[in-house]
Amino acid sequence: MDILAIGGNINALAIGAAAIGPGVGIGLVFSAYIQATARQPESSRMTQPFMWLGFALIEALALFGIAFAFVFQK
Amino acid sequence: MTGETTVWASEIPWPPSVNDFFPPPLVEGGGYWLTKFTLFVWITVALLIIFFTIAYRDPKLVPGRLQWMAESIYGFARENVAKDMIGPEGVKFAPYLATLFCFILLNNLWGIIPFIQVAPTSHIAYPAFLAVISWVLFNYVGVRRFGFLGYMKKTLILPAPFFILPLLIPIEFASTFLVRPFTLAVRLFANMFAGHIILLVFTLGGFVLLNASALFAPVSVFSWLLALALTLLETLVALLQAFIFTVLTSSYIQGALAEEH
Repeated sequence: MDILAIGGNINALAIGAAAIGPGVGIGLVFSAYIQATARQPESSRMTQPFMWLGFALIEALALFGIAFAFVFQK
Repeated sequence: MTGETTVWASEIPWPPSVNDFFPPPLVEGGGYWLTKFTLFVWITVALLIIFFTIAYRDPKLVPGRLQWMAESIYGFARENVAKDMIGPEGVKFAPYLATLFCFILLNNLWGIIPFIQVAPTSHIAYPAFLAVISWVLFNYVGVRRFGFLGYMKKTLILPAPFFILPLLIPIEFASTFLVRPFTLAVRLFANMFAGHIILLVFTLGGFVLLNASALFAPVSVFSWLLALALTLLETLVALLQAFIFTVLTSSYIQGALAEEH
C-alpha cells in the first residue's frame, strides 16, 4: 500500500505527544500558585519553593520525551 | 538520524543532532575522552575548590565580600534545603548538598557562556553518577538507622489493607529503588540536552536562513532574538535544575530517616 505510506520520523510525533500532559500539568501548578497568591498575598514567599519543585518535576516528563526521541533512533 | 542530514550551507552543521554532543578530542593524541566536556568538569572542580578555600582562608566576624558570598551559598544549602527538608539533623548533610548544588550549577552554567556553550551535565554520565551517589547516600543512611530489614519494612510495607500489599510492595520497590535515581539523572540530563538543542536550532537556523536567501534577513534576526530570550530561559533552567536535584536528594534522605507513621 505505497499510496498511503506516510514518511517522516515518528519520534517527532512522540515528542508532541509527550508534551500534552506536562503542558496541562504545569498550567495547573502555576494557576494554583497565582490563585493562592491572589487570595493571600503574604503566602507567596512560602509557597514559591513548592511551585518550582512542582514545575521541575512535571517538566521532567516532557523532557523525557525529547531525550528518548533521540535515544530511540533507527 | 541517518539519511536525513541535509547540509544546506557548507560549513554550518545543520540540523543539530546528537553528534554535536560528541566533539573531537582537544588535542590530537588525547584519546576520545579528552574533550571540552572533560576539560570543563576539571575547571569546575578547580574553581569550586579555589573559591571556597580562598573565601574561608581568614574568616572574620564581619565578613568581606568573598566570605559573604561563600557563606550565603553554604547558608542557603544548609538552611533552606537541609534544615527545611530533613530537620535539625540535616546539618550533617549540608556540606554534601552544598557541594552538589554548586557543582551542578556551575556545570549547567557553562552551557550558556559564549565560546564555551557546552554543559558537561548534558552527557548522561555526569548526572547518572551524581544520581548514583545520592541513591547510595539515602539508602545507606536509612539502612544505618533502621538496619537492612527494618529499612526495607519501613519503606515497602505501608499502612494499607493487607490484600493490596502484593500490588503495593513491587510498586513501592520500583518507585523507591529503581525509578528515583533514574529520574534524578534523566531530569537533569534531559533539561540540559534539550536546552542546548533548542539554542542550537535557533542560532544555527538564523545562519542557515541567511545563507539560503538574503531576503530572510528579518527572520534570521528574529531567530537570533529568540535565541537570546531562550538563553535567559536556559539560565533559569540551569539554576532550577541544580536546586531541584539538591532538594530532591534531601527529600529522599528525609524519607529514609523518617520514623514510622
